[in-house]
Amino acid sequence: MQPLLDVSNLTVKFALRDTALTAVNDVSFTLAKGERLGLVGESGAGKSVTGFSILNLVSKPGFIAGGSVLFEGKDLTRADAETLRDIRGNRISMIFQDPMMTLNPVLTVGTQMIETIRAHMKVTRKEAEAIALDKLRKVYIPSPERRLGQYPHEFSGGMRQRIVIAIALLTSPSLIIADEPTTALDVTIQAEIMDLLLELCQSEDMGLILITHDLGVVSQVTQKIAVMYAGGIVEMGDTAKVVGEPLHPYTRGLLGALPQCADKADCGLADVAAPRVRRRLNQIPGSMPSLSDVPRGCPFNNRCELCETVCTTTRPLLEVKSDGRMAACHMVA
Amino acid sequence: MAGLFKRFRQSYFLYSFLRDPVAVTSFALFVVLALSALLAPVIAPHNPFDGANIDIMDAETPPLWKDGGNPAFLLGTDNQGRDLFSAILYGMRVSLLIGVGAVAMQACIGIMVGLLSGYGSRRLDNILMRIADVQLSFSSYMVAIFLGAIVQMTFGVGRYEQVAVPFLVLVIGLAEWPQYARTVRASVLAEKKKEYVEAARVIGLRPFRIMWRHILPNTLTPVLVISTVQVANAIMSEAALSFLGLGMPVTKPSLGSLIKSGFQYFFSGSWWITLFPGVVLILLVLSINLLGDWLRDFLNPKLYKD
Repeated sequence: MQPLLDVSNLTVKFALRDTALTAVNDVSFTLAKGERLGLVGESGAGKSVTGFSILNLVSKPGFIAGGSVLFEGKDLTRADAETLRDIRGNRISMIFQDPMMTLNPVLTVGTQMIETIRAHMKVTRKEAEAIALDKLRKVYIPSPERRLGQYPHEFSGGMRQRIVIAIALLTSPSLIIADEPTTALDVTIQAEIMDLLLELCQSEDMGLILITHDLGVVSQVTQKIAVMYAGGIVEMGDTAKVVGEPLHPYTRGLLGALPQCADKADCGLADVAAPRVRRRLNQIPGSMPSLSDVPRGCPFNNRCELCETVCTTTRPLLEVKSDGRMAACHMVA
Repeated sequence: MAGLFKRFRQSYFLYSFLRDPVAVTSFALFVVLALSALLAPVIAPHNPFDGANIDIMDAETPPLWKDGGNPAFLLGTDNQGRDLFSAILYGMRVSLLIGVGAVAMQACIGIMVGLLSGYGSRRLDNILMRIADVQLSFSSYMVAIFLGAIVQMTFGVGRYEQVAVPFLVLVIGLAEWPQYARTVRASVLAEKKKEYVEAARVIGLRPFRIMWRHILPNTLTPVLVISTVQVANAIMSEAALSFLGLGMPVTKPSLGSLIKSGFQYFFSGSWWITLFPGVVLILLVLSINLLGDWLRDFLNPKLYKD
């Protein structure tokens, strides 16, 4: 069956005065209908740029240098402006980090919602308003009729992100790209919003690409994980497997850096009183190389404890390892 | 409607306005001036344009409180016997009309150009902004003399009177639109980097719609502020042009042409013909400028006075 989204060998570069930096390097993944994928990695790993390039919205001086993004069989990297406009916000929606910034401060929430609907569907104002109300109820906004006439500043942070999600849902898209949707919210609200996203994806059978650096959030929500480092995917596979027994040393380092309970299986609140193993949080030595001097060979070699000669000469490719998972590392079988 | 009024009464805008005595005073002054200009045909004791009412024998009557003052002419008369008070009211009407009209024209051209320049491609931006620079390097008086000559040629000096108002609106509007274009462009450049614009693109809206519906309303604050200053400037430009004889003809005087018509009698003792229109002009421009200042302070969130 044709996957919903098929990204293959996607490469995005940023043009500088005389060179070009590679922000996304040869990234490939697929997403089936209704599947949820987490893109994780440190800041600057190329997660967001990957997200934007799916919609062909990399802003200058960035450009898609190669590869293809097949969405429902259409290559978005080569589509014309009209096709793209038809897909953006209609078939694929995007949710951003900071809901304060993504809503236009001078337009009411209702105006912004109705405008989105009418940009993609031939409906009257009344019908559009009905759709908007319906979606607001879906994201559990109380008294949506009144809320429709209010401005973004009259909502709290969590409410605003709900509105943003409702806007993303308006045209019943088949894929939502969420770029760090909970980073700007406080922890209790984060969980609420993630639950809501998960619930909506399941009930509407929507695909989700969740871009985040929060492995906890990813493991809650997604089925697949792709770990990115310096523009490339270093490990990809089932969420449970990747989080459970990471193959790539970078993924291991990331997971080691998470605060954890002694009992891995259950980190619920019930265990708060239970004795814990006290340990220092792991730290990956060094920091991610800047895009202008990614080391030769494996981009992770200067921080990797397993580093051997081959790692400094040959760039490892993302290949299927023993348990059907993919990793880009010479040192893992 | 009642709700809107209630919201206005409770708004911070009104509160802050009422707490600023300068703003209240200048607003009151402006309202008095604007109303008396607007209602000139009702208020004015004489119709200064009606030849039948004017008696040359009344010429250069001094103001009421001076020796030889005539109770019929509160502020005296000019060299042709027109009641100066009435002439000022009518003149202010012309001045305000030209001021507001010219600013409307500047705003139309300037906002369009600014939006296109800020949101469009770099190439378009360069072209439009260079045009604006060229426009700014012409003095508005030069443009007025040049266009004035053409207009008077085509319409004839006699009919110039009828086209004088639209002509002045055009000249002052053309001369000053780059102010708007630059202001709008600057705030468009700042706004278009914001995430809500990105979000609008992600939603799949058309560039024109993003420009018009999303960016423009967010740039209106500075536009509002310069509009007040520009009205005052336009009124002054008009007065200056009229004073130089390039603006309103004396038969249909604005404040500027009134000042001019009295100027030659100034040293022969009839100071009132020039002085009173001048004072009114100053009050008008001053009240608009003070209001503009207050508006700028009010709309600038970085300036909390107390």
